[in-house]
Amino acid sequence: MPREAYHRDLTAIQERVLALSARARRAVEESVLSFRAADLVWSHRIDVEDEQINEERLAIEERCIAIIAAQQPVAVDLRRLASTLFITSEIERIADHAVGIARINLMMAPETPPRPLSYLPSMADRALAMFDDAMRAFDTDDVSLARQVCQSDDDLDRLQDRVYTDVIEAMRADANVVERNTYLLWAAHNLERIGDRCTNICERVVYTVTGEMKDTDPSTF
Amino acid sequence: MAETDGKASLMSARPPAADAGRAPRLSPNAGAVADAVDNDIEDAIIDIQGLSLWYGKAKAVENVTMRVPRRQVTALIGPSGCGKSTLLRCLNRMNDLIPGVKVAGAVTLNGEDIMAPAIDPVEVRRHVGMVFQKPNPFPKSIYENVAFGARINGYQGNMDELVRFALERAALWDEVKDKLKQSGLALSGGQQQRLCIARAIAVQPAVVLMDEPCSALDPIATQRIEDLMRELAKEYTIVIVTHNMQQAARVSDRAAFMLAGDERIGRLVEYRHTEDLFTNPRDQRTEDYITGRFG
Repeated sequence: MPREAYHRDLTAIQERVLALSARARRAVEESVLSFRAADLVWSHRIDVEDEQINEERLAIEERCIAIIAAQQPVAVDLRRLASTLFITSEIERIADHAVGIARINLMMAPETPPRPLSYLPSMADRALAMFDDAMRAFDTDDVSLARQVCQSDDDLDRLQDRVYTDVIEAMRADANVVERNTYLLWAAHNLERIGDRCTNICERVVYTVTGEMKDTDPSTF
Repeated sequence: MAETDGKASLMSARPPAADAGRAPRLSPNAGAVADAVDNDIEDAIIDIQGLSLWYGKAKAVENVTMRVPRRQVTALIGPSGCGKSTLLRCLNRMNDLIPGVKVAGAVTLNGEDIMAPAIDPVEVRRHVGMVFQKPNPFPKSIYENVAFGARINGYQGNMDELVRFALERAALWDEVKDKLKQSGLALSGGQQQRLCIARAIAVQPAVVLMDEPCSALDPIATQRIEDLMRELAKEYTIVIVTHNMQQAARVSDRAAFMLAGDERIGRLVEYRHTEDLFTNPRDQRTEDYITGRFG
Protein backbone atom coordinates (compact mmCIF):
# COMPACT_ATOMS: atom_id res chain seq x y z
CA MET A 1 0.00 0.00 0.00
CA PRO A 2 1.46 3.40 -0.92
CA ARG A 3 1.82 5.54 2.22
CA GLU A 4 -0.36 8.44 1.12
CA ALA A 5 -0.84 10.19 4.47
CA TYR A 6 2.90 10.03 5.12
CA HIS A 7 3.70 11.55 1.74
CA ARG A 8 1.11 14.26 2.30
CA ASP A 9 2.94 15.05 5.57
CA LEU A 10 6.24 15.34 3.69
CA THR A 11 4.70 17.67 1.11
CA ALA A 12 3.18 19.80 3.87
CA ILE A 13 6.61 20.17 5.53
CA GLN A 14 8.12 21.25 2.21
CA GLU A 15 5.42 23.91 1.82
CA ARG A 16 5.96 25.21 5.35
CA VAL A 17 9.69 25.55 4.70
CA LEU A 18 9.00 27.51 1.51
CA ALA A 19 6.59 29.77 3.39
CA LEU A 20 9.21 30.32 6.10
CA SER A 21 11.79 31.22 3.47
CA ALA A 22 9.39 33.77 1.97
CA ARG A 23 9.10 35.48 5.37
CA ALA A 24 12.86 35.44 5.85
CA ARG A 25 13.33 36.86 2.36
CA ARG A 26 10.94 39.71 3.10
CA ALA A 27 12.82 40.41 6.32
CA VAL A 28 16.14 40.67 4.45
CA GLU A 29 14.69 42.90 1.74
CA GLU A 30 12.95 45.18 4.23
CA SER A 31 15.98 45.35 6.52
CA VAL A 32 18.09 46.79 3.70
CA LEU A 33 15.31 49.15 2.62
CA SER A 34 14.82 50.37 6.21
CA PHE A 35 18.59 50.79 6.53
CA ARG A 36 18.74 52.84 3.32
CA ALA A 37 15.78 54.92 4.47
CA ALA A 38 17.13 55.17 8.06
CA ASP A 39 13.61 54.20 9.08
CA LEU A 40 13.85 53.22 12.75
CA VAL A 41 10.22 52.19 13.15
CA TRP A 42 10.49 49.85 10.20
CA SER A 43 13.76 48.35 11.51
CA HIS A 44 12.21 47.85 14.94
CA ARG A 45 9.26 46.02 13.40
CA ILE A 46 11.62 43.64 11.56
CA ASP A 47 13.33 42.88 14.88
CA VAL A 48 10.02 42.16 16.63
CA GLU A 49 8.58 40.06 13.81
CA ASP A 50 11.63 37.80 13.81
CA GLU A 51 10.16 36.03 16.83
CA GLN A 52 7.44 34.56 14.59
CA ILE A 53 10.10 33.20 12.24
CA ASN A 54 11.95 31.62 15.16
CA GLU A 55 8.73 30.01 16.42
CA GLU A 56 7.80 28.65 12.99
CA ARG A 57 11.31 27.21 12.58
CA LEU A 58 10.93 25.32 15.88
CA ALA A 59 7.45 24.14 14.89
CA ILE A 60 8.78 22.77 11.59
CA GLU A 61 11.61 21.02 13.44
CA GLU A 62 9.15 19.44 15.85
CA ARG A 63 7.00 18.26 12.96
CA CYS A 64 10.04 16.73 11.19
CA ILE A 65 11.04 14.90 14.38
CA ALA A 66 7.47 13.63 14.85
CA ILE A 67 7.43 12.29 11.28
CA ILE A 68 10.83 10.63 11.75
CA ALA A 69 9.62 9.00 14.98
CA ALA A 70 6.27 7.88 13.62
CA GLN A 71 7.10 7.00 10.02
CA GLN A 72 10.75 5.97 10.21
CA PRO A 73 11.60 7.36 6.79
CA VAL A 74 14.39 5.93 4.67
CA ALA A 75 16.27 6.79 1.48
CA VAL A 76 15.32 10.09 -0.18
CA ASP A 77 12.61 10.80 2.42
CA LEU A 78 15.12 10.45 5.25
CA ARG A 79 17.66 12.61 3.42
CA ARG A 80 14.99 15.23 2.75
CA LEU A 81 13.85 15.39 6.36
CA ALA A 82 17.43 15.47 7.70
CA SER A 83 18.21 18.25 5.20
CA THR A 84 15.02 20.09 6.09
CA LEU A 85 16.06 20.23 9.76
CA PHE A 86 19.31 21.87 8.69
CA ILE A 87 17.84 24.11 5.97
CA THR A 88 15.14 25.42 8.29
CA SER A 89 17.82 26.43 10.75
CA GLU A 90 19.76 28.20 7.97
CA ILE A 91 16.62 30.09 6.90
CA GLU A 92 16.03 31.20 10.45
CA ARG A 93 19.62 32.45 10.62
CA ILE A 94 19.19 34.32 7.34
CA ALA A 95 16.31 36.10 9.06
CA ASP A 96 18.68 36.77 11.99
CA HIS A 97 21.04 38.53 9.56
CA ALA A 98 18.10 40.70 8.51
CA VAL A 99 17.57 41.49 12.18
CA GLY A 100 21.30 42.23 12.42
CA ILE A 101 21.00 44.87 9.70
CA ALA A 102 17.85 46.29 11.29
CA ARG A 103 19.58 46.55 14.68
CA ILE A 104 22.60 48.27 13.11
CA ASN A 105 20.16 50.90 11.86
CA LEU A 106 18.74 51.24 15.37
CA MET A 107 22.19 51.39 16.98
CA MET A 108 23.33 54.06 14.54
CA ALA A 109 20.54 56.47 15.46
CA PRO A 110 20.47 59.38 15.57
CA GLU A 111 23.21 59.06 12.97
CA THR A 112 22.10 57.96 9.51
CA PRO A 113 23.92 55.58 7.15
CA PRO A 114 26.66 57.14 5.03
CA ARG A 115 25.83 58.29 1.53
CA PRO A 116 26.37 56.69 -0.90
CA LEU A 117 25.94 53.14 0.44
CA SER A 118 28.77 51.83 -1.72
CA TYR A 119 27.94 48.36 -3.05
CA LEU A 120 25.54 47.49 -0.21
CA PRO A 121 22.41 47.62 -2.44
CA SER A 122 24.18 45.41 -5.01
CA MET A 123 25.11 42.99 -2.24
CA ALA A 124 21.48 42.89 -1.11
CA ASP A 125 20.31 42.17 -4.67
CA ARG A 126 22.93 39.44 -5.06
CA ALA A 127 22.13 37.84 -1.66
CA LEU A 128 18.39 37.87 -2.37
CA ALA A 129 18.95 36.32 -5.82
CA MET A 130 21.05 33.59 -4.21
CA PHE A 131 18.34 32.98 -1.62
CA ASP A 132 15.64 32.82 -4.32
CA ASP A 133 17.68 30.34 -6.37
CA ALA A 134 18.57 28.24 -3.32
CA MET A 135 14.92 27.87 -2.36
CA ARG A 136 13.93 27.17 -5.98
CA ALA A 137 16.58 24.43 -6.04
CA PHE A 138 15.14 23.10 -2.76
CA ASP A 139 11.60 23.18 -4.11
CA THR A 140 12.40 21.51 -7.44
CA ASP A 141 15.33 19.25 -6.42
CA ASP A 142 17.47 21.10 -8.98
CA VAL A 143 21.05 19.98 -8.33
CA SER A 144 22.44 21.98 -11.22
CA LEU A 145 20.90 25.22 -9.91
CA ALA A 146 22.10 24.39 -6.38
CA ARG A 147 25.67 24.04 -7.62
CA GLN A 148 25.39 27.35 -9.53
CA VAL A 149 24.31 29.11 -6.34
CA CYS A 150 27.35 27.74 -4.50
CA GLN A 151 29.64 29.00 -7.24
CA SER A 152 28.02 32.44 -7.29
CA ASP A 153 28.90 33.06 -3.63
CA ASP A 154 32.26 34.45 -4.76
CA ASP A 155 30.44 37.32 -6.51
CA LEU A 156 28.93 38.36 -3.20
CA ASP A 157 32.32 38.12 -1.50
CA ARG A 158 33.83 40.35 -4.21
CA LEU A 159 31.15 42.97 -3.63
CA GLN A 160 31.88 42.91 0.10
CA ASP A 161 35.56 43.53 -0.73
CA ARG A 162 34.55 46.58 -2.75
CA VAL A 163 32.47 47.90 0.13
CA TYR A 164 35.48 47.43 2.39
CA THR A 165 37.77 49.32 -0.02
CA ASP A 166 35.25 52.17 -0.38
CA VAL A 167 34.78 52.39 3.39
CA ILE A 168 38.53 52.52 4.08
CA GLU A 169 38.93 55.28 1.46
CA ALA A 170 36.05 57.25 2.96
CA MET A 171 37.51 56.91 6.46
CA ARG A 172 40.92 58.07 5.27
CA ALA A 173 39.36 61.09 3.59
CA ASP A 174 37.20 62.12 6.52
CA ALA A 175 37.69 61.01 10.12
CA ASN A 176 34.15 62.18 10.95
CA VAL A 177 32.58 59.32 8.96
CA VAL A 178 34.50 56.49 10.64
CA GLU A 179 31.65 55.42 12.92
CA ARG A 180 28.92 55.48 10.26
CA ASN A 181 31.12 53.60 7.81
CA THR A 182 31.91 50.95 10.42
CA TYR A 183 28.17 50.31 10.66
CA LEU A 184 28.09 49.97 6.89
CA LEU A 185 30.78 47.28 7.07
CA TRP A 186 28.72 45.35 9.64
CA ALA A 187 25.67 45.50 7.41
CA ALA A 188 27.76 44.25 4.47
CA HIS A 189 29.06 41.41 6.61
CA ASN A 190 25.49 40.32 7.39
CA LEU A 191 24.67 40.18 3.68
CA GLU A 192 27.86 38.22 2.98
CA ARG A 193 26.85 35.65 5.61
CA ILE A 194 23.47 35.25 3.91
CA GLY A 195 25.38 34.06 0.84
CA ASP A 196 27.18 31.47 2.99
CA ARG A 197 23.85 30.25 4.38
CA CYS A 198 22.46 29.92 0.84
CA THR A 199 25.52 27.83 -0.05
CA ASN A 200 24.82 25.59 2.94
CA ILE A 201 21.19 25.19 1.88
CA CYS A 202 22.29 24.21 -1.62
CA GLU A 203 24.77 21.65 -0.33
CA ARG A 204 21.85 19.97 1.46
CA VAL A 205 19.76 20.07 -1.72
CA VAL A 206 22.58 18.21 -3.49
CA TYR A 207 22.67 15.71 -0.60
CA THR A 208 18.91 15.22 -0.69
CA VAL A 209 18.91 14.39 -4.38
CA THR A 210 22.21 12.53 -4.80
CA GLY A 211 23.10 11.25 -1.32
CA GLU A 212 26.49 12.99 -1.63
CA MET A 213 27.37 14.85 1.56
CA LYS A 214 30.23 17.21 0.87
CA ASP A 215 31.22 20.85 1.03
CA THR A 216 31.38 22.79 -2.18
CA ASP A 217 34.82 23.98 -3.26
CA PRO A 218 36.09 26.46 -0.72
CA SER A 219 35.74 30.08 -1.72
CA THR A 220 38.75 31.89 -3.11
CA PHE A 221 37.87 34.67 -0.67
CA MET B 1 32.11 -23.79 18.20
CA ALA B 2 30.25 -23.37 14.94
CA GLU B 3 32.02 -24.25 11.72
CA THR B 4 35.05 -25.70 13.47
CA ASP B 5 34.75 -29.42 13.98
CA GLY B 6 35.87 -30.30 10.46
CA LYS B 7 33.58 -33.31 10.18
CA ALA B 8 32.65 -32.61 6.60
CA SER B 9 33.82 -30.29 3.89
CA LEU B 10 30.50 -28.42 4.08
CA MET B 11 31.41 -27.55 7.64
CA SER B 12 34.91 -26.27 6.98
CA ALA B 13 35.63 -23.14 8.91
CA ARG B 14 37.33 -21.42 6.02
CA PRO B 15 36.42 -21.63 2.36
CA PRO B 16 38.60 -23.79 0.10
CA ALA B 17 41.64 -22.01 -1.29
CA ALA B 18 40.08 -21.58 -4.72
CA ASP B 19 37.23 -19.63 -3.15
CA ALA B 20 39.22 -17.83 -0.51
CA GLY B 21 40.02 -14.57 -2.20
CA ARG B 22 37.81 -11.90 -3.61
CA ALA B 23 35.93 -13.68 -6.31
CA PRO B 24 32.98 -11.56 -7.33
CA ARG B 25 31.87 -13.58 -10.30
CA LEU B 26 29.27 -11.13 -11.39
CA SER B 27 26.64 -12.29 -13.76
CA PRO B 28 23.85 -9.92 -14.60
CA ASN B 29 20.82 -10.04 -12.35
CA ALA B 30 17.99 -9.51 -14.82
CA GLY B 31 16.94 -5.89 -15.04
CA ALA B 32 19.25 -4.69 -12.28
CA VAL B 33 20.68 -1.18 -12.50
CA ALA B 34 24.46 -1.09 -12.86
CA ASP B 35 26.18 -1.19 -9.46
CA ALA B 36 22.90 -1.87 -7.65
CA VAL B 37 24.03 -5.44 -6.97
CA ASP B 38 27.30 -5.37 -5.08
CA ASN B 39 28.81 -8.83 -4.80
CA ASP B 40 32.29 -7.66 -3.92
CA ILE B 41 32.51 -9.57 -0.64
CA GLU B 42 35.83 -10.46 0.93
CA ASP B 43 34.75 -13.68 2.62
CA ALA B 44 31.54 -15.20 1.27
CA ILE B 45 30.28 -18.43 2.81
CA ILE B 46 27.43 -18.87 0.33
CA ASP B 47 27.76 -18.14 -3.36
CA ILE B 48 24.57 -18.11 -5.42
CA GLN B 49 25.21 -18.07 -9.16
CA GLY B 50 22.49 -17.52 -11.77
CA LEU B 51 19.84 -19.22 -9.66
CA SER B 52 16.41 -19.73 -11.22
CA LEU B 53 13.53 -21.76 -9.82
CA TRP B 54 10.28 -23.06 -11.27
CA TYR B 55 7.19 -24.36 -9.49
CA GLY B 56 6.04 -26.71 -12.23
CA LYS B 57 6.02 -24.58 -15.38
CA ALA B 58 5.82 -21.29 -13.52
CA LYS B 59 9.12 -19.54 -13.08
CA ALA B 60 9.26 -18.03 -9.58
CA VAL B 61 12.85 -16.75 -9.33
CA GLU B 62 15.10 -15.71 -12.20
CA ASN B 63 18.85 -15.53 -12.49
CA VAL B 64 19.82 -14.45 -8.97
CA THR B 65 23.52 -14.02 -8.36
CA MET B 66 24.58 -12.99 -4.88
CA ARG B 67 27.29 -13.82 -2.40
CA VAL B 68 26.46 -14.07 1.31
CA PRO B 69 29.16 -12.83 3.69
CA ARG B 70 30.39 -15.11 6.47
CA ARG B 71 29.35 -14.26 10.05
CA GLN B 72 27.16 -11.38 9.07
CA VAL B 73 23.41 -10.86 8.88
CA THR B 74 22.01 -10.67 5.37
CA ALA B 75 18.38 -9.58 4.96
CA LEU B 76 16.11 -10.40 2.03
CA ILE B 77 13.34 -7.84 1.61
CA GLY B 78 10.62 -7.24 -0.96
CA PRO B 79 6.86 -7.38 -1.40
CA SER B 80 4.90 -10.61 -1.05
CA GLY B 81 5.48 -12.97 -3.94
CA CYS B 82 8.88 -11.55 -4.90
CA GLY B 83 10.63 -14.88 -4.31
CA LYS B 84 12.59 -14.03 -1.17
CA SER B 85 11.35 -17.02 0.87
CA THR B 86 11.81 -19.25 -2.17
CA LEU B 87 15.40 -18.04 -2.48
CA LEU B 88 15.94 -18.58 1.25
CA ARG B 89 14.66 -22.13 1.02
CA CYS B 90 17.12 -22.84 -1.81
CA LEU B 91 19.95 -22.25 0.64
CA ASN B 92 19.18 -25.45 2.54
CA ARG B 93 17.29 -27.28 -0.19
CA MET B 94 13.96 -27.01 1.58
CA ASN B 95 12.37 -26.57 -1.85
CA ASP B 96 13.26 -30.21 -2.56
CA LEU B 97 10.28 -31.06 -0.36
CA ILE B 98 7.86 -29.35 -2.78
CA PRO B 99 6.74 -31.54 -5.71
CA GLY B 100 7.47 -30.18 -9.18
CA VAL B 101 10.20 -27.74 -8.16
CA LYS B 102 13.02 -27.35 -10.65
CA VAL B 103 16.17 -25.36 -9.93
CA ALA B 104 18.85 -24.10 -12.31
CA GLY B 105 22.10 -22.38 -11.40
CA ALA B 106 24.43 -23.07 -8.51
CA VAL B 107 24.56 -22.55 -4.76
CA THR B 108 27.83 -23.27 -3.02
CA LEU B 109 28.49 -23.44 0.72
CA ASN B 110 32.16 -23.01 1.55
CA GLY B 111 32.86 -23.66 -2.11
CA GLU B 112 30.93 -26.93 -2.26
CA ASP B 113 27.92 -27.24 -4.56
CA ILE B 114 24.97 -27.98 -2.28
CA MET B 115 22.66 -28.53 -5.27
CA ALA B 116 24.75 -31.41 -6.59
CA PRO B 117 22.77 -34.67 -6.81
CA ALA B 118 25.39 -36.49 -4.73
CA ILE B 119 24.90 -34.14 -1.79
CA ASP B 120 22.38 -35.36 0.79
CA PRO B 121 19.88 -32.54 1.48
CA VAL B 122 19.60 -33.70 5.11
CA GLU B 123 23.33 -33.12 5.48
CA VAL B 124 22.94 -29.67 3.91
CA ARG B 125 20.23 -28.82 6.47
CA ARG B 126 22.54 -29.87 9.29
CA HIS B 127 24.94 -27.15 8.20
CA VAL B 128 22.27 -24.67 7.20
CA GLY B 129 19.61 -24.55 9.92
CA MET B 130 16.26 -22.84 9.68
CA VAL B 131 13.94 -20.91 11.98
CA PHE B 132 10.39 -20.39 10.77
CA GLN B 133 7.79 -17.65 11.02
CA LYS B 134 5.75 -19.40 13.68
CA PRO B 135 7.62 -20.94 16.61
CA ASN B 136 7.31 -24.72 16.20
CA PRO B 137 8.82 -26.49 19.21
CA PHE B 138 8.33 -30.22 19.38
CA PRO B 139 5.80 -31.43 21.98
CA LYS B 140 8.70 -32.47 24.16
CA SER B 141 10.62 -31.04 27.07
CA ILE B 142 12.76 -27.94 26.64
CA TYR B 143 15.83 -30.16 27.07
CA GLU B 144 14.70 -32.68 24.46
CA ASN B 145 13.80 -29.94 21.98
CA VAL B 146 17.40 -28.79 22.02
CA ALA B 147 18.97 -32.24 22.22
CA PHE B 148 16.77 -33.78 19.54
CA GLY B 149 18.70 -32.77 16.44
CA ALA B 150 22.09 -33.53 17.94
CA ARG B 151 20.89 -36.92 19.15
CA ILE B 152 19.60 -38.06 15.73
CA ASN B 153 22.88 -36.82 14.25
CA GLY B 154 24.68 -39.22 16.59
CA TYR B 155 26.25 -36.57 18.81
CA GLN B 156 28.73 -38.31 21.13
CA GLY B 157 29.70 -35.43 23.42
CA ASN B 158 28.24 -34.27 26.71
CA MET B 159 24.59 -33.58 25.90
CA ASP B 160 23.99 -31.51 29.05
CA GLU B 161 26.79 -29.18 28.02
CA LEU B 162 25.51 -28.95 24.46
CA VAL B 163 21.98 -28.11 25.65
CA ARG B 164 23.32 -25.44 27.94
CA PHE B 165 25.59 -24.08 25.19
CA ALA B 166 22.71 -23.80 22.72
CA LEU B 167 20.30 -22.29 25.25
CA GLU B 168 22.91 -19.76 26.33
CA ARG B 169 23.61 -18.80 22.73
CA ALA B 170 19.87 -18.39 22.21
CA ALA B 171 19.69 -16.13 25.31
CA LEU B 172 17.19 -18.50 26.92
CA TRP B 173 19.29 -20.37 29.52
CA ASP B 174 18.65 -18.05 32.46
CA GLU B 175 14.90 -18.25 31.92
CA VAL B 176 14.63 -22.04 31.60
CA LYS B 177 17.59 -23.55 33.46
CA ASP B 178 15.36 -24.60 36.36
CA LYS B 179 12.61 -26.11 34.23
CA LEU B 180 14.39 -27.99 31.48
CA LYS B 181 11.96 -30.91 31.84
CA GLN B 182 8.95 -28.66 31.29
CA SER B 183 7.26 -28.85 27.88
CA GLY B 184 8.62 -26.45 25.27
CA LEU B 185 5.01 -25.65 24.41
CA ALA B 186 4.51 -24.11 27.88
CA LEU B 187 6.88 -21.24 27.04
CA SER B 188 5.76 -17.84 25.75
CA GLY B 189 5.82 -17.20 21.99
CA GLY B 190 9.10 -15.29 22.18
CA GLN B 191 10.68 -17.97 24.36
CA GLN B 192 9.44 -20.68 21.98
CA GLN B 193 11.11 -18.88 19.07
CA ARG B 194 14.38 -18.64 21.02
CA LEU B 195 14.00 -22.35 21.83
CA CYS B 196 13.73 -23.02 18.08
CA ILE B 197 16.88 -20.95 17.56
CA ALA B 198 18.62 -23.00 20.28
CA ARG B 199 17.43 -26.16 18.54
CA ALA B 200 18.89 -24.93 15.25
CA ILE B 201 22.19 -24.00 16.91
CA ALA B 202 22.52 -27.29 18.79
CA VAL B 203 23.50 -29.13 15.60
CA GLN B 204 26.32 -26.61 15.15
CA PRO B 205 25.35 -25.19 11.78
CA ALA B 206 27.44 -22.73 9.79
CA VAL B 207 24.40 -20.80 8.62
CA VAL B 208 21.02 -20.08 10.24
CA LEU B 209 18.17 -19.10 7.92
CA MET B 210 15.30 -17.18 9.45
CA ASP B 211 12.00 -16.80 7.61
CA GLU B 212 10.10 -13.90 9.22
CA PRO B 213 11.17 -15.04 12.68
CA CYS B 214 9.45 -12.19 14.52
CA SER B 215 6.20 -11.77 12.64
CA ALA B 216 4.26 -13.76 15.27
CA LEU B 217 5.92 -12.03 18.23
CA ASP B 218 5.15 -8.92 20.27
CA PRO B 219 7.54 -5.93 20.14
CA ILE B 220 9.49 -6.91 23.27
CA ALA B 221 10.00 -10.50 22.12
CA THR B 222 10.91 -9.13 18.67
CA GLN B 223 13.56 -6.89 20.21
CA ARG B 224 15.08 -9.85 22.05
CA ILE B 225 15.28 -11.89 18.86
CA GLU B 226 16.82 -8.93 17.02
CA ASP B 227 19.45 -8.50 19.76
CA LEU B 228 20.06 -12.23 19.59
CA MET B 229 20.61 -12.10 15.83
CA ARG B 230 23.38 -9.55 16.30
CA GLU B 231 24.99 -11.74 18.97
CA LEU B 232 24.68 -14.90 16.89
CA ALA B 233 26.29 -13.20 13.90
CA LYS B 234 29.59 -13.23 15.83
CA GLU B 235 29.68 -17.02 15.31
CA TYR B 236 27.14 -17.86 12.63
CA THR B 237 26.08 -16.58 9.25
CA ILE B 238 22.46 -15.45 9.34
CA VAL B 239 20.14 -14.92 6.39
CA ILE B 240 16.76 -13.45 7.30
CA VAL B 241 13.62 -12.86 5.28
CA THR B 242 11.56 -10.05 6.72
CA HIS B 243 8.62 -7.91 5.68
CA ASN B 244 9.62 -5.41 8.32
CA MET B 245 12.01 -3.04 6.59
CA GLN B 246 12.98 -1.32 9.81
CA GLN B 247 13.96 -4.70 11.18
CA ALA B 248 16.13 -5.32 8.12
CA ALA B 249 17.68 -1.88 8.63
CA ARG B 250 18.30 -2.56 12.33
CA VAL B 251 19.73 -6.06 12.25
CA SER B 252 21.37 -6.69 8.90
CA ASP B 253 24.81 -5.90 7.54
CA ARG B 254 23.74 -6.35 3.95
CA ALA B 255 20.30 -6.22 2.39
CA ALA B 256 18.91 -7.62 -0.84
CA PHE B 257 15.77 -6.21 -2.43
CA MET B 258 13.79 -8.57 -4.64
CA LEU B 259 10.83 -7.71 -6.82
CA ALA B 260 8.50 -9.61 -9.13
CA GLY B 261 7.15 -7.82 -12.20
CA ASP B 262 3.78 -8.30 -13.87
CA GLU B 263 4.83 -11.76 -15.00
CA ARG B 264 5.33 -12.65 -11.29
CA ILE B 265 8.95 -13.73 -11.64
CA GLY B 266 11.11 -12.68 -8.70
CA ARG B 267 14.42 -10.97 -9.47
CA LEU B 268 17.20 -9.47 -7.41
CA VAL B 269 17.01 -5.71 -7.90
CA GLU B 270 19.54 -4.39 -5.42
CA TYR B 271 22.02 -5.92 -2.98
CA ARG B 272 24.36 -3.71 -0.97
CA HIS B 273 25.46 -2.74 2.49
CA THR B 274 22.27 -2.16 4.47
CA GLU B 275 23.19 1.39 5.39
CA ASP B 276 23.72 2.28 1.72
CA LEU B 277 20.55 0.56 0.56
CA PHE B 278 18.38 2.36 3.10
CA THR B 279 19.95 5.80 2.84
CA ASN B 280 20.76 5.99 -0.85
CA PRO B 281 19.40 3.14 -2.97
CA ARG B 282 20.72 2.95 -6.53
CA ASP B 283 17.65 1.53 -8.21
CA GLN B 284 14.48 3.60 -8.40
CA ARG B 285 12.39 0.47 -7.73
CA THR B 286 14.18 -0.03 -4.41
CA GLU B 287 13.66 3.64 -3.57
CA ASP B 288 9.96 3.44 -4.40
CA TYR B 289 9.46 0.30 -2.32
CA ILE B 290 11.34 1.29 0.81
CA THR B 291 9.82 4.77 0.85
CA GLY B 292 6.34 3.31 0.43
CA ARG B 293 5.68 4.79 -3.01
CA PHE B 294 4.44 1.48 -4.25
CA GLY B 295 3.60 -1.87 -2.75
